[in-house]
Amino acid sequence: MSDMLKVENLVSGYEKVMILHGVNIDMKEGEIISVIGRNGVGKSTLMKTLIGLVKASDGTIAYEGEDVTKRKAYERAWRGLGYVPQGHMVFPRLTVEENLMMGENINKIKGKKPDYDLIYEYFPRLKERRTQMAGTMSGGEQAMLSIGRVLTGNLKVMLLDEPSEGVQPNIVEQIGDIILRINKDLGISVLLVEQHIGLIQQVSQRCYAMDKGMVQTALTREELLNYDEIKKYLSV
Amino acid sequence: MFGDIFAYIYQFIDSFAFLVLAALGMAIIYGMMGITNMAQGELIMIGAYVTDIMVCNLGMPLIIGIIIGTVFTGFVGLLMDRLIIKRLYDRPLDSVVATWGLSIALAQLIYIIFGPSMTGVSIPLGSFKVAGRSYSYYRLLLVAIAIVLILITFLVFKYTKFGLHSRATMQNREIANSLGVNANKMNAGTFMLGSALAGLCGGLYLPTMSLTPSYGESFLVQSFVTVLVGGADPLLGTVLAGGGLGIVQSILNMKFNTFYGKIGILLMAILFIRILPNGFSGYFNGVRLKMKLKKEKNRGDK
Repeated sequence: MSDMLKVENLVSGYEKVMILHGVNIDMKEGEIISVIGRNGVGKSTLMKTLIGLVKASDGTIAYEGEDVTKRKAYERAWRGLGYVPQGHMVFPRLTVEENLMMGENINKIKGKKPDYDLIYEYFPRLKERRTQMAGTMSGGEQAMLSIGRVLTGNLKVMLLDEPSEGVQPNIVEQIGDIILRINKDLGISVLLVEQHIGLIQQVSQRCYAMDKGMVQTALTREELLNYDEIKKYLSV
Repeated sequence: MFGDIFAYIYQFIDSFAFLVLAALGMAIIYGMMGITNMAQGELIMIGAYVTDIMVCNLGMPLIIGIIIGTVFTGFVGLLMDRLIIKRLYDRPLDSVVATWGLSIALAQLIYIIFGPSMTGVSIPLGSFKVAGRSYSYYRLLLVAIAIVLILITFLVFKYTKFGLHSRATMQNREIANSLGVNANKMNAGTFMLGSALAGLCGGLYLPTMSLTPSYGESFLVQSFVTVLVGGADPLLGTVLAGGGLGIVQSILNMKFNTFYGKIGILLMAILFIRILPNGFSGYFNGVRLKMKLKKEKNRGDK
């Protein structure tokens, strides 16, 4: 299996304040990996740097063997990186369907039509609410829409930033099921940032624990299933 | 009595059309890019000069002149964007100063090249009489054009890919970017479109005003206030603000004179900054969202 994503000594942050101090991550094709850690350790900054919304000031990001560190966010999307931001960030005054259409530019393949039926099969709620303004939906529905939005493109890697935020517990489990299906059916690799232990354990094949802007430990599936072990990295 | 009512209505739709045509381009640029283009008046002036040269010097029909003026101004806008505005995308306040400076330079440049005044174009289509007062058909045509333009803009924003991407960019630039929308290209396209609309406005009003290097100034204040009162949603904002300000302006114009009409518009601007800082459209969208959320909640409770 080839390297899908290889991050080496990544340093980034805002203005003069650096948040990441040399992050190393690598992901093989078809993996689901979690990045865990307490609030403020730099998980979301990592995701933003990977998609290109925050500039890397040092280190490299290689995607499918190509160095994309200097590429703009939209160019990374064209290559197949799909970013599902923290807080869902749906476009509030676009309808559900229009929100989904926004993802079509991700790794656009000429002549290939986006498969809306599949997305509506994953998330039947979105079909019911097709013509509704996205800003009027519940947290869970917005989380689904935010994931569905990148699926209209032909993404290869999904950067999933805290999909459980503001979502009811039973919906979190549904979202976990969908992540597993997306990975299995479509072969999409997933890099998941999470604090919700249930979701982390449900989907992750392995996991990186972050602290102080660096990856401190890499955990195997067996280790992350151990509640006490994983709790160390998450609790305050 | 009927004559008076007709005169009011005529004044109102005339003001409305003027405000909409003058402000639409500026509103689209402001809504999309967050840039207040103080040179919008000079873009209007460029549209008028090109139209005037086509009609008076080259003998073309007015409508062809207006089309050439519109396209030419669009490309001037594109050039402005690539050379200057591009560097100011994330600096809204600096962009005000830069475009203001540009507006002065452009007006002076036109003065140096063409001198203080140009041969005018006479107003086409003639006039008609209602209750003893005479009115111009051309001004009614301008009203129709303003309405058609609003409809076209609505359709473009609602049903084209460019429209979808611009609405998304307006709501969340970063996320639109992360989904593969090339922000630079969108910005350039938007600035070009806004400039072309300015050129169109300049050409359309050419027969009704004398053409001097300060032609643009007569539009800037009104379009600026319309955008300010309208808020960030270019279409809804411009229509609501054009309507609201049109009423104020036309009543003051009729009761007193156009000087008071202008004062009235500036007072409205001050009132709006104080009471509804997000403009008409910000207020409206807020109310709309609240109502929808309430409806959703009621449905959920059942």
